[in-house]
Amino acid sequence: MTVRPDRPEPMNAVPVRHPGRWVAVAVLAVLAAMLVHTVVTNDGFGWPVVGDYLFSPPVLNGLKNTLILTILSMAIGIVGGVLLAVMRLSPNWILSAVAAVYIWVFRGTPLIAQLLFWNFLSALYPRLSLGVPFGPEFVSFDTNQLINQFAACLLGLGLNEAAYMAEIVRGGIASVEHGQTEAAGALGMSRAQTLRRIVLPQAMRVIIPPTGNETISMLKTSSLVVVIGYFELLTSVQRIYSVNFQTIPLLIVAALWYLALTSILSVGQGFIERRYGRGLQTGPPGPSLLGFLRRSPEERAA
Amino acid sequence: MTPMVEALGIHKSFGATRVLRGVDLVVQPGEVSCVIGPSGSGKSTLLRCINHLERIDSGRLRVDGHLVGYRERNGKLYEMRESEVAHQRRDIGMVFQRFNLFPHKTAIENVMEAPVVVRRQDKAAARARAVELLDRVGLADRRDNYPAQLSGGQQQRVAIARALAMSPRLMLFDEPTSALDPELVGEVLDVMRGLAREGMTMVVVTHEMGFAREVGDALVFMDEGVVVEHGAPREVLGNPQHERTRSFLSKVL
Repeated sequence: MTVRPDRPEPMNAVPVRHPGRWVAVAVLAVLAAMLVHTVVTNDGFGWPVVGDYLFSPPVLNGLKNTLILTILSMAIGIVGGVLLAVMRLSPNWILSAVAAVYIWVFRGTPLIAQLLFWNFLSALYPRLSLGVPFGPEFVSFDTNQLINQFAACLLGLGLNEAAYMAEIVRGGIASVEHGQTEAAGALGMSRAQTLRRIVLPQAMRVIIPPTGNETISMLKTSSLVVVIGYFELLTSVQRIYSVNFQTIPLLIVAALWYLALTSILSVGQGFIERRYGRGLQTGPPGPSLLGFLRRSPEERAA
Repeated sequence: MTPMVEALGIHKSFGATRVLRGVDLVVQPGEVSCVIGPSGSGKSTLLRCINHLERIDSGRLRVDGHLVGYRERNGKLYEMRESEVAHQRRDIGMVFQRFNLFPHKTAIENVMEAPVVVRRQDKAAARARAVELLDRVGLADRRDNYPAQLSGGQQQRVAIARALAMSPRLMLFDEPTSALDPELVGEVLDVMRGLAREGMTMVVVTHEMGFAREVGDALVFMDEGVVVEHGAPREVLGNPQHERTRSFLSKVL
């Protein structure tokens, strides 16, 4: 065989064998087959019941509440978290200390206790009013009317989330090199402009993955509102199975919905991550969400 | 003529470390002053004081006749608000050793950012000017690249264009070529040479003795927080008067 100088002879070596991998695959395949078999054949799963309730009005109603609670609580949490993080990093030590105490209290006490606290705020303050401190009042409200169950849920979940988000945002801001702030300052940008245009967009890359975690976690944490008598997805199925005793099928109904929501959130997170990863990966950018939706289904499949 | 930079008796300490111990420096408009000296001599700190990235502990520092970071009224000093400091910095461009480009913005977005956000320039006008500036630093074809896709020399040239976009009256260079591979130093120095030729007032902290000799109008040698020697570059480099200058130059030349 002649070897041409421009085409070196390939390595004709026997690749390393991996018998262990094949054993592992076989074991897992058997286990998977057993799982599928039992899920299909065990009547206890009650698949027809799952089908009956998956789209039933009480379940969908609970699902709607789960979505509303998650979206609004996360919105409060993110806005509050950014505010607290900026306060925490402020050169003004009083602002920083106030934020530190807030974070300490809201992370350090149980969420259930916080939900109950907001719900029973009227025991502490029967009326809430606006006015001059220690002076006259302009308007006054009955606490129970102002903070109904739903508002108590949002206060409890949102204000608690803000404390966790504050630490996530603070970590993100701290991850941005100090030279960026200096460069922006040297160009004459104000502190607020620097934060909004230079620091936060770069911090997003670090902030988004844990925020996705928090959102997915909130989907399920929102079920704690049951302690103050509000209802959402999990509470709805619990109410149904406490009557018909189809516990497993109804838990599967809830689980399927939670999985569906989590899947959608994960896909959304991927798009947002790509948006804020601009300039950081060297390869060509992936599709943006808008670009993805504009393409035809055949193109998307490809 | 009002000097562009006038520093008198500048002191600056970081904790117990005294970095500047009474520095005097005058830079006339259109002049290129190169500052050399061993590491830790305070030359970068002096540069950072000129645009108030560091606050001086004592002395008087004026740019174009105005105190930097302070206002003097009836013999009394008043600290400036943050917004006033930002306003002062518009006219002082700075180029950093580590470029400090904004990584989430393309080259042209980096150049447009400050004119649009700080000077509230119309976007189209800012873009046209950015195109012009990038062309001037030889990067017309790289305007849509992100910093990560550019070499060090290209990044530093974008950084120079970004500073020029604010039409500064004074440019500060903090070791602009120290982080570059040797073969990329020349392209950055070429851009700086062009700027000097057009009459830009520049203060350049550098280790490039060749550049200092060829382009500089004045050379400042600093050591241990003071200006040891100050004069025409050929004089200082060719016939140093102080022992410390001699021993430093013998190591770097």
